[in-house]
Amino acid sequence: MPHNGFWLRACKEHRIALFEGTDLKIVILGAGQVGSSVAENLVSEANDITVVDIDPARLRRLQDRLDLRTVRGNAAHPAILAQAGAADADMILGVTQSDETNMVACKLAATMFNIPTKIARIRSADYLSHPEIFAPENFAVDLAICPEQVITDYIVKLIEFPESLQVLEFAGGKVSLVAVRAFHGGPLVGHELQYLRRVPQTDTRVAAIFRHDSPIIPEGNTVVEAGDEVFFIAATEDIRGVLRELRRMDRPVKRVMIGGGGNIGRRLAGALENHYQVKIIEFNKTHAELLSAELNKSLVLAGDVTDEELLEAENIREMDVYCALTNDDENNIMSSLLAKRMGVRKVIALINRSSYVDLVQSGQIDIAISPAQATIGTLLAQVRRGDCVAVHSLRRGAAEALELVAHGEPKSSKVVGRRVEEINLPKGATIGAIVRRRDRGGIMRGNGKPDDEHQVIIAHHDTVIESDDHVIVFVVDKRTVPKVEKLFQVDIGFF
Amino acid sequence: MRRVTVVLNVLGLVIMVFGATMFLPLAVAWIHRDAALTAYDAALVITLSCGGLMWFVTLRSRSELQVRDGFLLVTLVWSVIPAFAALPLMFHLPGLSFTDAYFECMAGLTTTGSTVLSGLDHLPPSINFWRGMLQWLGGMGIIVLVVAVLPLLGVGGRQLYKAETPGPMKDAKLTPRMTETAKGLWLVYAGITLACALSYWAAGMTLLDAVIHSFSTMSLGGFSSHDRSFGYYNSPLIETVSSIFMLIAGVNFATHFLAWRQRSPAPYRRDVEASMFVLIVLASCFMLAIYLKARGVYPDFLTALRYASFNTVSIATTTGYANTDFNQWPAFAPLWMLFLCCFASCSGSTGGGIKMVRGQLLFLQGLREMVRLIHPQAQVPVKLGNQVVPNRIVFAVLAFMSLYGASVTTLTFLLLASGLDFVTALSAVLACINNTGPGLNQVGPATTYESLNDFETWLLSIAMLIGRLELFTVFVVFTPAFWRK
Repeated sequence: MPHNGFWLRACKEHRIALFEGTDLKIVILGAGQVGSSVAENLVSEANDITVVDIDPARLRRLQDRLDLRTVRGNAAHPAILAQAGAADADMILGVTQSDETNMVACKLAATMFNIPTKIARIRSADYLSHPEIFAPENFAVDLAICPEQVITDYIVKLIEFPESLQVLEFAGGKVSLVAVRAFHGGPLVGHELQYLRRVPQTDTRVAAIFRHDSPIIPEGNTVVEAGDEVFFIAATEDIRGVLRELRRMDRPVKRVMIGGGGNIGRRLAGALENHYQVKIIEFNKTHAELLSAELNKSLVLAGDVTDEELLEAENIREMDVYCALTNDDENNIMSSLLAKRMGVRKVIALINRSSYVDLVQSGQIDIAISPAQATIGTLLAQVRRGDCVAVHSLRRGAAEALELVAHGEPKSSKVVGRRVEEINLPKGATIGAIVRRRDRGGIMRGNGKPDDEHQVIIAHHDTVIESDDHVIVFVVDKRTVPKVEKLFQVDIGFF
Repeated sequence: MRRVTVVLNVLGLVIMVFGATMFLPLAVAWIHRDAALTAYDAALVITLSCGGLMWFVTLRSRSELQVRDGFLLVTLVWSVIPAFAALPLMFHLPGLSFTDAYFECMAGLTTTGSTVLSGLDHLPPSINFWRGMLQWLGGMGIIVLVVAVLPLLGVGGRQLYKAETPGPMKDAKLTPRMTETAKGLWLVYAGITLACALSYWAAGMTLLDAVIHSFSTMSLGGFSSHDRSFGYYNSPLIETVSSIFMLIAGVNFATHFLAWRQRSPAPYRRDVEASMFVLIVLASCFMLAIYLKARGVYPDFLTALRYASFNTVSIATTTGYANTDFNQWPAFAPLWMLFLCCFASCSGSTGGGIKMVRGQLLFLQGLREMVRLIHPQAQVPVKLGNQVVPNRIVFAVLAFMSLYGASVTTLTFLLLASGLDFVTALSAVLACINNTGPGLNQVGPATTYESLNDFETWLLSIAMLIGRLELFTVFVVFTPAFWRK
């Protein structure tokens, strides 16, 4: 998984046997933005969800909408956890506002309730830089996630590849899934996909094409049209070459303006300021002061992101990318529309409400990022059956890309030892790439970061899958995900 | 009046501690059986009894010092102690006026190093030792010493420390307790001084000379036991040793302390002020060497580098040693050196002047104003290293600069009015307020301050005092607000 090692993983094999064929009982602590959207996503997958929060109004809103149980109280208190059914829960997910509450809840879950999988949102970089405090004998956090960091990494990738709509990484960054809109003038546009094969040094596989928002299963003779959203999978170092085939390249990004200096804006500015010229606008003057103290090269401006005069004075028309990252959807939309009209090349807006995302995507705003969608994948990987390393939710949750590990032998597995064309994948699912350990001496562990010992194999119809391969599967319709998972499962006896 | 008596009580204590230090030159005199042996007995008795009397009379009003009291006490200490320090000189040299003796001791304690005495080589060893020791005591600060050896000053100690130590930012607490900080600083100071003395000795000085010069080197004072200063030795080796230790003493002692505590050079890397100080001084050495070679003052580059670097390091760090009469050089070189001494040394070092960090802050503040003109809504902090400097401190630096400018201007005009020529007047004021020592022309490195009249001497004594205490500590005592109940 691509998230900078900010995560630790539970012993997967243990869980597969445990949860086989049953619904997961999940306790979610905190009904904030992340908590609610996770609950929403997991409920739809037929799990038993209990949400704990101290704010009854939030819980009521959630319960009105979704089929779940709510408990009101402090999530770090044993009595509340017991009331939420921690005693027989399979997974606990601490996503309250407070890192400390999340960590204490995980510790309690481990010592009092023996919950097998404990996930906590940890925002503070200080905690994250000392992974030993999450060890089982300490705070017992199996997976520490930092949604802000995930989104920041996501935006950094988009700025690095300004032509792309989405760049998602698998197998520790070895393989990338890139979404790009085909444009007039791109060498591939108007050609059949087979053409890509003839271009040297761009080994890639087109995983899916979305035309007017509906998926097309790519075949060798599919013709790419201008306006198509093309998803392709390639080794990360080949991305630029492949992009060049699909559309003319934009000039590289030099100047970035960020609207909103909250958790995401601050991290993004910090991540970008050594490579790009960064300006960041923050409304709150005190926050702006803190920002300017923390950032070294970025120019911090105190002002309103929807202030036309400020944008004008700060030369918005000369900016390559404008990112609207405030906490307020409406502000983000208005400010990025304004910026776009004033001549910025590309705008990225952070939008929480899914209805807004549908509203603005493919309009004036080039890329709308839904924080929940960007981070849900990390959590989904935990609740999937089969040895699933990474999940990326795509197209507002309609499609999914999974990184699964093939286990077993030809006898016990439905994938190992078979050629790609022989695997009985459901309709709309494509195997895009395989990451294989070069030296066959050891097993590539689920959480192992692939290094030079691992090679990326772009899947073709005759590629044979071996045991312990990491297989990247693109699923156009999320409803078929369980079938894919089932394919990759082996007999319990194997373990 | 109660507050004044509280201050006088502590002052009496400080005078007694100071008096006790006279045992050292007494011991030196006794070892060498020199002519000044009798001068110390009387001085010791007078100092100790004055201090004891002051302490005893005000004993009943003893209480915790308050924030304001710190300014008064420090100012009083620094103006009264030179008078007591002058006693041995006056007893030994009956011809010396009180004005000159006071000036000499003020120049010692404030680590200025400008002298009114000539024929230094013929003075008894103990007198030269006493002059060097005054500088050494004044370098780290008398009050800091008292805080270190007498923990009874309590909470007030921190206030006193802040009033005495140079630099705009003094809140860096090295240790939780003030006494420990003071002790640590003195230990580091003494340790480096010992290393300096041994190096001098190994480089060829006599033991007594090595000790005296290590005192005046580490305090960046500049007193020498020879009229020709370092020209007497004419040894490139000794000059190199001296340059290295002057550069060490020009760095914040808090940084030395931290490096010693952590046993690692990391604190030096983090100290942006120190790196700028070393960079500017070394760059100036090379620049002046090239200039002197190009103007034909010295025939070859190495000789030019030797004289340029020793004198530049000496003046820039506000020490004031000389190994040649740089007053004879083309005007650019000595004026550039005088310019450096205004701001080169670091805050918290034993050097004087504006301090490098104030220069850096002023420069950054200038940049900030320019960025603000282009981006009116920009939030631009003044950052030193990675640390944001609060606006309050930036304003304090601006206020310091305006006071400094006003002081230099006023004093220069007063000296001009008294009949000195412009270069002499300006260079004397700068050399004294920056605690450097030699100026130019009439007060240049080849001459002394002997030729000045009493009025000018007193004026320059005041300049040294306000320069050492960085203006505010002294000036605040003279504001009506300070005395308002």
